[in-house]
Amino acid sequence: MNFDELFGNFPALTITGLEQGAIYALIALGYTLVYGVLRLINFAHSEVFMVGTFTALWTWQALGYDQNSAAPALGPLILAIVAGLVVAMAASAVTAVTVELVAYRPLRRRNAPPLAFLITAIGASFVLAESFGISTSRAPFGMPDLIPQKTVFTLFGAAVTNVQLLILGVTLIMMIALDQFVNRSRMGRGIRAVAQDADTAALMGVNKNRVILLVFVLGGLMAGVGALLWDLRFGYTKFNVGFLIGLKAFSAAVLGGIGNLRGALLGGLLLGVVENYAAGLFGGDWKDFTGFVLLIVLLMFRPTGLLGESLGRARA
Amino acid sequence: MTATVEKKRTAGFKSRWAAMPKQVRWAAIAALIVLLYILPNKWFYEYLGFPIGSDYFAFYTTRSDFAGVLFDTAVFVLLAVGLNVVVGFAGLLDLGYFGFYALGAYTVALLTSPESRFGTNWPWLAAVPLAVMVAMVSGVILGGPTLRLRGDYLAIVTLGFAEMIRLYAARNEGILQGQRGIPAIPHPPGSGTDGKPLFGVVDARPYYWLMLTLILIVLLLIRNLANSRVGRAWVAIREDEDAAEIMGVPTFKYKLWAFAIGAAVAGLTGAVFAGKQTFINSDQFVLESSILVLAAVILGGAGNIKGAIVGGAVTWYLPEWLRGVGDLIGVEFDAAEYRILVFGLVVIVMMIFRPQGLVPNRRRAAEFADRRKEAVPQETVPNE
Repeated sequence: MNFDELFGNFPALTITGLEQGAIYALIALGYTLVYGVLRLINFAHSEVFMVGTFTALWTWQALGYDQNSAAPALGPLILAIVAGLVVAMAASAVTAVTVELVAYRPLRRRNAPPLAFLITAIGASFVLAESFGISTSRAPFGMPDLIPQKTVFTLFGAAVTNVQLLILGVTLIMMIALDQFVNRSRMGRGIRAVAQDADTAALMGVNKNRVILLVFVLGGLMAGVGALLWDLRFGYTKFNVGFLIGLKAFSAAVLGGIGNLRGALLGGLLLGVVENYAAGLFGGDWKDFTGFVLLIVLLMFRPTGLLGESLGRARA
Repeated sequence: MTATVEKKRTAGFKSRWAAMPKQVRWAAIAALIVLLYILPNKWFYEYLGFPIGSDYFAFYTTRSDFAGVLFDTAVFVLLAVGLNVVVGFAGLLDLGYFGFYALGAYTVALLTSPESRFGTNWPWLAAVPLAVMVAMVSGVILGGPTLRLRGDYLAIVTLGFAEMIRLYAARNEGILQGQRGIPAIPHPPGSGTDGKPLFGVVDARPYYWLMLTLILIVLLLIRNLANSRVGRAWVAIREDEDAAEIMGVPTFKYKLWAFAIGAAVAGLTGAVFAGKQTFINSDQFVLESSILVLAAVILGGAGNIKGAIVGGAVTWYLPEWLRGVGDLIGVEFDAAEYRILVFGLVVIVMMIFRPQGLVPNRRRAAEFADRRKEAVPQETVPNE
């Protein structure tokens, strides 16, 4: 137990925690959306994120940036980021939709039991990860250093970097946009209707399959944003990069209350922060452990999460 | 169409098998078991007239030693049989099955190895029951909070559990000795007629025989369990948990039992594995293996012990055999590299077109067919 480390670096640990938590939150949204509508843990979502990290990298390589190239000027930088963002979001969304169309929809048509969905989900996850693993020789890939980390200001003695501000800013914007979309728009109303009662929604003229497709698209888009931020912050990707992040993002979703969009943000940030405190207290080895222990403890004492499942329908 | 034809064919075999006199069936099973025991012996092939040393035995794996491959296959079969209790009988998805396997192996390693920090230096045999206990207890600890909730949380919690065990083993230098692992785990006891120890380093055959014997014992136990009150409770839970609960089946208790029994089998397997390997580290317990075991159960036919055996044997043996064949025709083709990819695809396709598996359990196949029938009228709604 290293209390000096924890209290001495409290502000710094908090800020890195928030930054990592923001990425968890973006991915957690995908789990929460799909779970809210389909009651399915979409294991393949971690691979949706992984595809995003790779496609962003390939976009940058196509634009002529590699690990050794100098940081570009502001104009080309914005171009590179936007291009990477668009491609990553598109690729992630396409991956998510492909999984839905190829794997899940045929099962729904056959009225398969829930176990079949879960098994298919894990199968899809491994097919995606392995096809990337085999085609990339399972090597890690470094990112071009597009935005060199620079301290913008200090807060309570903790340095806040430009990348951290970018991550938190982008996450908040995406969160608000998604929240508004689901709560205000016509299509969002469809999502909420199907989440509450799929059969009744269908009777009221909601196209269930279209809503499900939309949910996968939205989850994929958010994962794409998360993937780009991950690339900028951590500077590498690998075929199995999604696994641990996916696990933590799912924990974050449960933490906030699965099926609850705002819960996903809260859960993500909280998990990121708690994880960093634990790393300060017990040492870095225990960091990945914390999220998992938190998940188990939470399931014991408050399985509906902090904000509650917005739909509040627990299934046996 | 093909499904019905196949059903008829297998049904034909099944009814003919069932119609045979009991003595004939027992003799056939005994012959099969004997064949399995003599499979790794060189003299068996000499007796059959296969040229030793050349590479074209139909079921010989050329690159690795055959007994070793058979042992690995047997490990896999036992794991599949254990996981079948959890996934097939009780219908719970356990994605971290290798976590319990790792626990069993590490328990044995820590208690027996002179290199371990514990310094207990137990003999191998004494550590095995404890390893089984540790795996079982951790199954109860893990399953306790999660099994009360919806079943799909169990999947993610077990997935996390297996990965945490591996990560912890990889990073913890103090007890589990990280990547360096724990060496010098003793072999199982016993000596041959010539006074040499029975379980050596070079010859993998005794380990294979040990594993085979364990499989037979576990099979017997699980078969009896499945045909008992407990087994009926599992099937009831799998088919409809709410209905089972209303009918007075204590669902939580039986789910926890299934989970714990599965964990215990994995722990036992891990203990034997540690005794053969004499060295374990975190790299031997990657998550992919958990998924392979699951794929084996699904492929063979969840809910059917025979299916689990077939699935386990196919999932492990086939890639090894393909590698041998590739060597033979001069192609450098490592089928194990594509193993996860292929079995991932197989799992997806099977779940859609043949969810009951290659060797289906009759009742489970009927469950799937039933659900499929229920789905038909809904799809006439112009929603698609």
